[in-house]
Amino acid sequence: MAFNHKHLIDITEYSREDIMTILETAKAFSEVNQRAIKKVPTLKGKTIVNMFNEPSTRTRSSFELAEKRLSADSLNFGGSSTATVKGESLVDTVATLNSYKIDMIIVRDKHAGAPHIITQHSPAAVIDAGDGKHQHPTQALLDLYTIWEHKQNFEGLKVGIVGDIGHSRVCGSLVPALKIMGAEVTLIGPATLMPARPDVLGADHVTADLDAALPELDVVYMLRIQRERLEGAPFPSLREYHKLFGLTKDREQLMKPDAIICHPGPINRGVEFDSYMADHPQRSVILEQVYAGICVRMAVMYLLLGGADNGLAS
Amino acid sequence: MALLLKNAHIVDPAVELDGVADVLIEDGKIAAVGEGLAAEGAEVRDLSGKYLVPGLVDMHVHLREPGFEHKEDIESGTRAAAHGGFTGVCAMPNTDPVCDNGVAVGYVRARAAEVGKCRVYPAGAMSKGLAGEILSEMGDMVAQGAVAFTDDGKGVQDAGMMRRVMDYGKMFGKVMMVHCQDDGLVGAGQVNEGVVSTRLGLLGWPAEGEEIEIARDIALCRLTGCPLHIQHITTARGLDMVRAAKEEGLPVTCEVTPHHLFLSEDALDGTYNTSLKVNPPLRTQADCDALIEGVVDGSIDCIVTDHAPHADWEKAHEFEYAPFGMTGLETSLALVLTNLVGKGVIDYGKMVDVMSIAPREILGLEPVKIAEGSVADITVFDPTIEWTVDGEDFESKAHNSGFLGAALIGRATDVYVGGVATMIDGKVVA
Amino acid sequence: MKDTCQVKSVVMDGAEIERSLTRIAHQILEANHGAENLAIVGIVTRGDLLAKRLVEKIEEIEGVKVDLGSLDISFYRDDFMTNFAPAVHATHIPFDIDGKHIVLVDDVLYTGRTIRAALDALMDLGRPSVIQLAVLVDRGHRELPIRADFVGKNVPSAHDENVRLFLEEVDGRSAVEILDVAPGSRAGSAPLGGE
Repeated sequence: MAFNHKHLIDITEYSREDIMTILETAKAFSEVNQRAIKKVPTLKGKTIVNMFNEPSTRTRSSFELAEKRLSADSLNFGGSSTATVKGESLVDTVATLNSYKIDMIIVRDKHAGAPHIITQHSPAAVIDAGDGKHQHPTQALLDLYTIWEHKQNFEGLKVGIVGDIGHSRVCGSLVPALKIMGAEVTLIGPATLMPARPDVLGADHVTADLDAALPELDVVYMLRIQRERLEGAPFPSLREYHKLFGLTKDREQLMKPDAIICHPGPINRGVEFDSYMADHPQRSVILEQVYAGICVRMAVMYLLLGGADNGLAS
Repeated sequence: MALLLKNAHIVDPAVELDGVADVLIEDGKIAAVGEGLAAEGAEVRDLSGKYLVPGLVDMHVHLREPGFEHKEDIESGTRAAAHGGFTGVCAMPNTDPVCDNGVAVGYVRARAAEVGKCRVYPAGAMSKGLAGEILSEMGDMVAQGAVAFTDDGKGVQDAGMMRRVMDYGKMFGKVMMVHCQDDGLVGAGQVNEGVVSTRLGLLGWPAEGEEIEIARDIALCRLTGCPLHIQHITTARGLDMVRAAKEEGLPVTCEVTPHHLFLSEDALDGTYNTSLKVNPPLRTQADCDALIEGVVDGSIDCIVTDHAPHADWEKAHEFEYAPFGMTGLETSLALVLTNLVGKGVIDYGKMVDVMSIAPREILGLEPVKIAEGSVADITVFDPTIEWTVDGEDFESKAHNSGFLGAALIGRATDVYVGGVATMIDGKVVA
Repeated sequence: MKDTCQVKSVVMDGAEIERSLTRIAHQILEANHGAENLAIVGIVTRGDLLAKRLVEKIEEIEGVKVDLGSLDISFYRDDFMTNFAPAVHATHIPFDIDGKHIVLVDDVLYTGRTIRAALDALMDLGRPSVIQLAVLVDRGHRELPIRADFVGKNVPSAHDENVRLFLEEVDGRSAVEILDVAPGSRAGSAPLGGE
């Protein structure tokens, strides 16, 4: 089970075995995250740059914590103070980072393909922490981890993704990842929020009828509505969106008894769901996803920066 | 001094020539065409094994001067044209300042006369500043030598404005060349809407964004009677509309680029190659197939490059930041020879038609024929040369070709403009 | 990875392994004055199995079931950059190690680097009062100042040999064997699930 990847950018380059290796390694890191001393020396001496070229608090915090718990030296590079804003090109910025002798770059960028550009100009390993509307592979992996914890396997699992699929980098990774693992994926939302070719992502079904889809689903994944960006464009109002696509207490009776609810955060109460469903003690796994993010990111960084086999000379 | 080009295989469907013969050139004109010609004191060039055709014209080229000389200028752009086998190019007006007045047209012509390696036919802007709002001074530009009008790079968004352009412009007898793009549908679209836009997470540039304006402009052509030329057509349905317009007898023509013929959106992958970012975007393979069929059946009048040079550093960006366009002058003939003539899709006569005869006709230029009395604008190529596209080998300042690394068969070796050599044995004359 | 080792000789058979473990169990009890406050922690992926057997033997002798844990040292290795593939098995120590007498168990003691990593890993989990080391085989060639408190058998070996433990539970047979290491192949514990 060799894990032969240098970068994590395109989840479709990972096999089912690769993804299981990541999930199992994440489980090992979960043990570390529950200790009193939540730190291992694994990446001691490695330098990891968090290059966040667009604002992100959660993903960046999760990566940062994962780096610290692996004992890596981490550097936050990005945000409004960066070179990119000063007119320097991404390529030149990466050249600067290379001079710092770094081992890994975590990149968040509003432009699809930016992580690939970095791989062409840096010897460092690159993890895509979200590029434009393209992919967000660690989010997909933490979603898989959370689902795995609850459902144990993916084969034939019915997953419904509700909301703004067309503008979602989460979906760009999550849908292909679910397909790699053998799940069945239904995309739910109005056509104004759908990508041009949902089949290209791997979706098995596309529907605008949430009520008809719900009874089949083992996992209901609610996507975040960018309220400031979307209202009045692809749908007329948040009120109508909530009415048609919100997960509410009334709709719970349509769900399987053991169906779980995921959301990549941050959540909008009253839009994607009502508080009853957002806080549902049995169904909502949103906070578990946040926790899984640390474990999965530790696992990915560990595996990409070398990993280890059991062949250490005793 | 007289020049005698011997033993080339001459192809010129306009005069029904297709065979080995000699061409004698005197005073910039063709003095005689025939077998076994001899001329006392003439410089003799033996072109055995090569083909000789009326000089190729690329009627869609961005020379970038004035304003963007870091990308290309009239000297480097016309050198690239000569290197690719062209004797003339039509220069697009989206320079800085925009070529929307007589002075700007005059500048382009003057620079071309001074440093050019081929004839440069300036196209003027249809609207002031390419803004699509106010008519440009078309009459003044015609007086300075503008051959056509276009707002290339942008679609004229307002149908009423487009009607005014055509109604006003038709009195000058020049063709209106349109870049069809509905901004409401296209927005910030980056690649063809569909498989690739979904996979790469880039905004889609839907085929309908082009087809809607093609349909509208054909309707306006019917309304105004002004000659209409659809630039860089990319979709099967758009082509069907042009076909129908021609059947109806409307003065509608269209052009296609080698990249829309020979590259589909499938070429775009996770490497986000910005050289493949063009406007309109690369479409589906089915569209490519339909466009090739359109060249074969004559629905497409001519092949042009939309040569759009950019500096390396401008393309070395995130896909969304990189400017649209790829170069084409130095690969166009070879691509057509390799992919169309070489594969038997079209013959040399058809190639001459779409790359030499039709462009002159659409632009209203003096025809060039391999016949006595014609201007001696001549392209000579060797269809057997095998070569690999290499950016370092370009005369253009730019390297943003989507065909770098492609193995091609055939390329221009000699070019004469008004009887004067601009390229000899594959080398552009200094 | 393919194992390309040739078996050279069998150093211990199943019965000898049992006898050694019984002796080690007695020695542990003797050295620690009984089973009180004692915990056995095995290093994955063979030491944890030996640890489990030791706990069973101690229960047979003393009638007390002492705490059992397993330790994965993957995150503490000093050579992890040079290795090819991961197989992380989560550490599982379901008791508080503060103040405990911990006996760390591994199959073969060689360079000492695994034990160094294991000590670091244990220290991150708490503060035991004593840590002792039990190994089934000591094959020499230490690279660090580490020695075992309890040894099943001393087996002199060469660098180009590999000393490996096979256990009934995972390999279908129990034995300690010396193998020739083909150039470029891996030295160390046998992969789980036999060969």
